[in-house]
Amino acid sequence: MSFEVDIAVERDEASVTAAFSSGEGITALFGPSGAGKSSILEAVAGLVRPKRGRIVVSGRTLFDGKEGTCLAPEGRACGFVFQDLRLFPHRKVRDNLLFGHRLASDDRHILELDDAVEFLGIGHLLGRMPRTLSGGEAQRVAIGRALLSGPRFLLMDEPLSSVDAGRRDGILSVIERIRDELRLPILYVSHDRAEVERLADTIVPIG
Amino acid sequence: MLTAVEWEILLLSVKVGTVAILATLPVAFAIAWLLARKRFPGKIVLDALVHLPLVLPPVVTGWLLLLAFGANGPVGRFIEAVFGQGLVFRWTGAALASAVMALPLVVRAIRLSLEAVDRKLEDAARTLGAGRWRTFASITLPLSLPGVMAGAVLGFARSIGEFGATITFVSNIPGETRTLPLAIYSALQVPGGEDSVTRLAILAVALSLGALAVSEWLVRQSGGRKGSHVL
Repeated sequence: MSFEVDIAVERDEASVTAAFSSGEGITALFGPSGAGKSSILEAVAGLVRPKRGRIVVSGRTLFDGKEGTCLAPEGRACGFVFQDLRLFPHRKVRDNLLFGHRLASDDRHILELDDAVEFLGIGHLLGRMPRTLSGGEAQRVAIGRALLSGPRFLLMDEPLSSVDAGRRDGILSVIERIRDELRLPILYVSHDRAEVERLADTIVPIG
Repeated sequence: MLTAVEWEILLLSVKVGTVAILATLPVAFAIAWLLARKRFPGKIVLDALVHLPLVLPPVVTGWLLLLAFGANGPVGRFIEAVFGQGLVFRWTGAALASAVMALPLVVRAIRLSLEAVDRKLEDAARTLGAGRWRTFASITLPLSLPGVMAGAVLGFARSIGEFGATITFVSNIPGETRTLPLAIYSALQVPGGEDSVTRLAILAVALSLGALAVSEWLVRQSGGRKGSHVL
C-alpha cells in the first residue's frame, strides 16, 4: 500500500475527514474547491496536525493519534508541490532547486541537479530569480525542487493551476514520467475531472 | 575643520550610538519575534513595557534607570560587583540609556518586517527537510533583514539624538557622557556660544544623513525589495 490515510482535520470551523488506502501510482483526491483537499495534503506533510487518525505512507507511520506518533515535516521526506508554488523569492532558481537537495543525505537522492534540469527542461533558468519566471517555468522549478529533496513520495496540489492551457500537456507528461520512471507514489489534488481521469490510478472523492 | 573638542564629541556620539544599537538589536529581535509569532500570557504587558520609553517623559526613563542601575540600585550593585565598575557617569551608561530609548522603535520595525514574512515559505522549507532553526536562518531572517536594517538605522538615529534619559542617568560630563545633544545644550548655556551651537547642529545633521545613506546602501547590498527602503 502506498497511502493509508484515515484522519479528521480541524479546519476553520468545519472538519474534514478522509479515509482511503491506495496502491502504486497516482492517488487523486478529487472534489470541488473548498472541500478540504489541501488540508488533507497539509496533514500528510505534517504542516497541520490531525485531530485524530492515522497516516501511513509506504509502510512508514507518519502520524498516529492513538500512539502519539507525529513526525515533524522535515522528517517525513515528502516532496510537496504547492498550489501557490512557494518558491523562495530571495534565492535564484539554482538555490531553490538545491535547497532540499543539500539537506538530504546522499542515499536519499533520487535525482541529481543535472538530471532534474534535463528532465524538466529548465537549464536556461538556473541563474534567474523566481519573480522573473512565467507560470509554467515556475511550476517546473517547483516540481524540480520537490524531486531533488530526496522524497519518498510526492504531494501535488493543483499543479496545473498556474500553467496556461498550452503548457498543461507538458506538465502532465512530466508527472506521468515521475510516476513511471521514478516510481514515486503521488498524492494528487485536483478539481478537474479530465485531469484526474487521465492521471489517477485511484480516485478518492472528497466533499 | 573640526576642533579637537568637536572630534571628541562626534566620536563619543558615534561610539555610544553604535554600542547602543548593537546591544539593542538582539534583544529587540527576540522581543519582536515573540510579539509577532507567539501567543502567551502577559503578551500585552510585554508590548506595553517595550513601548514605555516611547511615551514616558525621557527624564522619567532616566530616573528609572538610575533607580535600577544606579550605585544603590539592585542591577547597578550587581554590575559593580561583577565588573568592578558601574554605569553611572560613564559612557556605557549613556549607551544603555540610548539603547532603552531606541528599543521601541527597533522592535516596531523588526516586528513589522517579521509579520510581512510569508509563513507559507517557512512551511515549504520544512517540507524540504529544514528544521526550525535552519528555516529561521535561511528563510525568516534573510526575508526580514531589510526591516532589521531599517530598524537599526532608526535606532541609531534615535540614540544619537538622545538627551533627557542620558542627562538624568549619567549627567553631562565632557569626554565621557557629553554626546552631541548634550554638547549643544551646554553651548547654549554659555554666553556667545551660538557659533559653537551652529557647528554642532550641522554636525548632527550630517551624522543623521550619513546614517540614512548607510542604511540605503545596506538595503541595496542585500538585494532589498521595494518597500524595505527607509528613503
